[in-house]
Amino acid sequence: MATVATRPPSTGDGARPSWVRGVVVGGIVLLGVALVWEGVKFLGGVPWREPLALPGAPVLHDPPFRWQFANDLNLPHVWNIVLTFFEPWQRNADQNVAQYLIGTALYTWREAALGFLLGAALGLFLATLFVHSRLLERAVVPYVVASQTVPIVALAPMIVFAVGPSVAAVVIVATYLTFFPVTIAMIRGLRAFDPRAMELMQSYAASRSEIFWKLRLPASLPYLFTALKIAATASIVGAIIGEGPGGINDGLGRAIITFNQYYITGPEKLWAAIVVSAALGIGFFALVRGAEVLLMRDRPADAQG
Amino acid sequence: MTVTTAGAGDRMGPRAAGGGRWRGRAIDLLPAAVVFVGVLVAWELIVGALALKAFILPQPSAILAALRDNWAAGGRFALSTSAAATLLEALGGLAIGTVVGVVVAFISSRWVTARGVLLPIAVAAGAIPIIAFAPLFNNWFGVLNPLSKAMMAAVLVFFPVMANVIRGLVQVPPAAVELMRSYAASEWTILRKVRIPNALPYFFTALRLGTTLSLIGAVVGEYFGGASFVLGRIVVQSASALRYDVTWAAIFLMAGTGIALYLAISVIERLAIPWHSSVRGIDSR
Amino acid sequence: MTSAQAPAVVRLTGVDKVFHVGDQTTTALTGIDLEIRRGEFVSLIGPSGCGKSTLLRIIADLIDPSGGEVAIGGKTAGDARRARDYGMVFQAPVLFDWRTVEDNVRLPLEIMGWDAARRTSKAREMLDLVELGDFLKHYPYQLSGGMQQRVAIARALAFEPSILLMDEPFGALDEMTRERMNSEVLDIWERTGTSVVFVTHSIPEAVFLSSRVVVMSARPGRITRIIDVDLPRPRNEETRESTHYFALVTDVREALRDGQAGRDGASAGGSGTGSLDRVRAEDGVG
Repeated sequence: MATVATRPPSTGDGARPSWVRGVVVGGIVLLGVALVWEGVKFLGGVPWREPLALPGAPVLHDPPFRWQFANDLNLPHVWNIVLTFFEPWQRNADQNVAQYLIGTALYTWREAALGFLLGAALGLFLATLFVHSRLLERAVVPYVVASQTVPIVALAPMIVFAVGPSVAAVVIVATYLTFFPVTIAMIRGLRAFDPRAMELMQSYAASRSEIFWKLRLPASLPYLFTALKIAATASIVGAIIGEGPGGINDGLGRAIITFNQYYITGPEKLWAAIVVSAALGIGFFALVRGAEVLLMRDRPADAQG
Repeated sequence: MTVTTAGAGDRMGPRAAGGGRWRGRAIDLLPAAVVFVGVLVAWELIVGALALKAFILPQPSAILAALRDNWAAGGRFALSTSAAATLLEALGGLAIGTVVGVVVAFISSRWVTARGVLLPIAVAAGAIPIIAFAPLFNNWFGVLNPLSKAMMAAVLVFFPVMANVIRGLVQVPPAAVELMRSYAASEWTILRKVRIPNALPYFFTALRLGTTLSLIGAVVGEYFGGASFVLGRIVVQSASALRYDVTWAAIFLMAGTGIALYLAISVIERLAIPWHSSVRGIDSR
Repeated sequence: MTSAQAPAVVRLTGVDKVFHVGDQTTTALTGIDLEIRRGEFVSLIGPSGCGKSTLLRIIADLIDPSGGEVAIGGKTAGDARRARDYGMVFQAPVLFDWRTVEDNVRLPLEIMGWDAARRTSKAREMLDLVELGDFLKHYPYQLSGGMQQRVAIARALAFEPSILLMDEPFGALDEMTRERMNSEVLDIWERTGTSVVFVTHSIPEAVFLSSRVVVMSARPGRITRIIDVDLPRPRNEETRESTHYFALVTDVREALRDGQAGRDGASAGGSGTGSLDRVRAEDGVG
């Protein structure tokens, strides 16, 4: 998505939760969502039966209302979504849904990670060019921005056609979504040094490359990491979107399409695929965040995002 | 995290208003215009000369012709009908997502605990590939119902709007609140006179971002199935029919719609908060 | 103008303030006794951390004291605030970006329910007073720092508060602008006859402006001396060059030094800000 942080990450909201607090809050929020979910079904769902029971099994609870959006097709029971992970993913398949989805998620993650690395490198390269040449910046940046107004879903078929259905096509789609946030954030980040520090460097007659490595790049790290966290998710989105037209059958994108086709008979499986996609996105985000914490541990707290 | 698509040129904004500003603006835009014309001409000439895979990358003139020939309603690729349908989905989603986002932000900005829960969710939502929900929305709201696409767009728009408006309402300079308290102003007065004006720039930043997101949401929803005369389907259908000139015409139509929406919001922003667009260059709060 | 017979507008008796941050407690102020009479111009001066801004905020009812009594013209500080007795000026002008200069000055009058015509005429009158009558329709970003601060003063005076509270209002201005603003504030004060409590870091500024200078010291914040400034009024450039003025400046300086003597061994005064500056420069995210 064209989601880009262009501000310094110091606009935090006071207390910065540690990852432990994040996990706890996340857990509480998930629990809350599950409670509301089942509460809605308790009031307006279809009659409750035992988990994974066939129609006709004894009714455990008969909700007073019948809301269409809360029936078992639109809003399956939370426990059924959990239990579906342990069912075979296809009739007569050896793997259960959990194994299958984890396998596809790892496959998608590899594509995404490759796109992420390429996109980050491209973004860094472009931003470096732009901060050293105002002319280039003015000439090209508007098109970098405009490139993101084309929904990637629309471009994916063209990319696939140009390079052939392959992992390469998927990686290109992921790269396309990744380079943008990095480019825009780093144009800012590479200029976010203290002007006094720049004067100091110039008083040493430091070369452009010395200024880049010793001042611009270190000063830009908070911006870089803010962008990389966005790019991590974007690369997953790109990989999922790219797999359909790219003809890749081993990834999450395919799993979502497949389970969508069997939604009527097993809505829980599509939900399971969505849960795994979300987990993959958050996992990649957390990985980048971990790298940030590790690399930025010596910086004052307000320089970290 | 505060999100915006505003370009890097923001900091260069001249301080003084006046005639020089417009000339400066024209000079700013000149290199981009040169690139635009240059790329267009080179593309036309090179593709024409080499006839290289011309069917993937047709000449600009061919794309323009495809746009013209397939514009009318009733044709095989009724681009005008399709663009209108996609635009309607996107605008509907933008409206729903914005209204709900603003309402939730106002309610939650009053309670610290509500913010404590909602902001992490907004951050987490940013880390989730929300597009994975698109097939689900098609099932919920009906695959042929434009509402299913609008809702996809609305969800994408909702989170940045909510998060930004909460920030704008909450991140008021402490001295401004002290000043208001020294007047013995009520919370309601502080909300009206300080918090809401303070939140407007944040709101417009989110709204500008939302224009792009709403189009992406609509097209992603279309990608997972639905009515035929929408831009997302036209791209797929024309590509499988090897009519790449039409595919590119549809793609540029999407980009053009996105840019037009973005510019429209920018114009509204300039009119609504002139004090801010002028200050932005100096004080990037 | 200042006379011993005038009634007290501010009376502080045994005021303490203790801050609790986590499991740490900091005594910001202890045993503050101070009386400010109507029409007086009183400066609070002292090193960083002596609690002078905290004291100002206690008078303004923006912070509650931990102990002691605050009486404002016979009322509690809270009642005085609700009666709109206070005009505040901060170090930053705190103008609202989205309001023109005139609208910024009208803000307190809107809150206090004045009718539109009176709001406008009063705002214009105040802006004329601070010599910004030609800038009514400008936005704050179009003004210099000194002009912005003058708008803030006009805003603070617009509703004719009985006490003007100023928290280092000219701290961010350059020396020349600051001296000009000093003269302007004195001029306004003499014309309006309001009482002023003025927090500052600057010894010459405190002496030039005040009827009395309250010298404070840190850790814990307390009043160490109160110096009467008996320079003749109206004060002007000649005042700044008189020997009596220099003698008073020296007085205040020595009082500050005496107050700090107790903790000189413990920590060096200047190093704190220096290292903060360095951290800022290094992290580069200003």
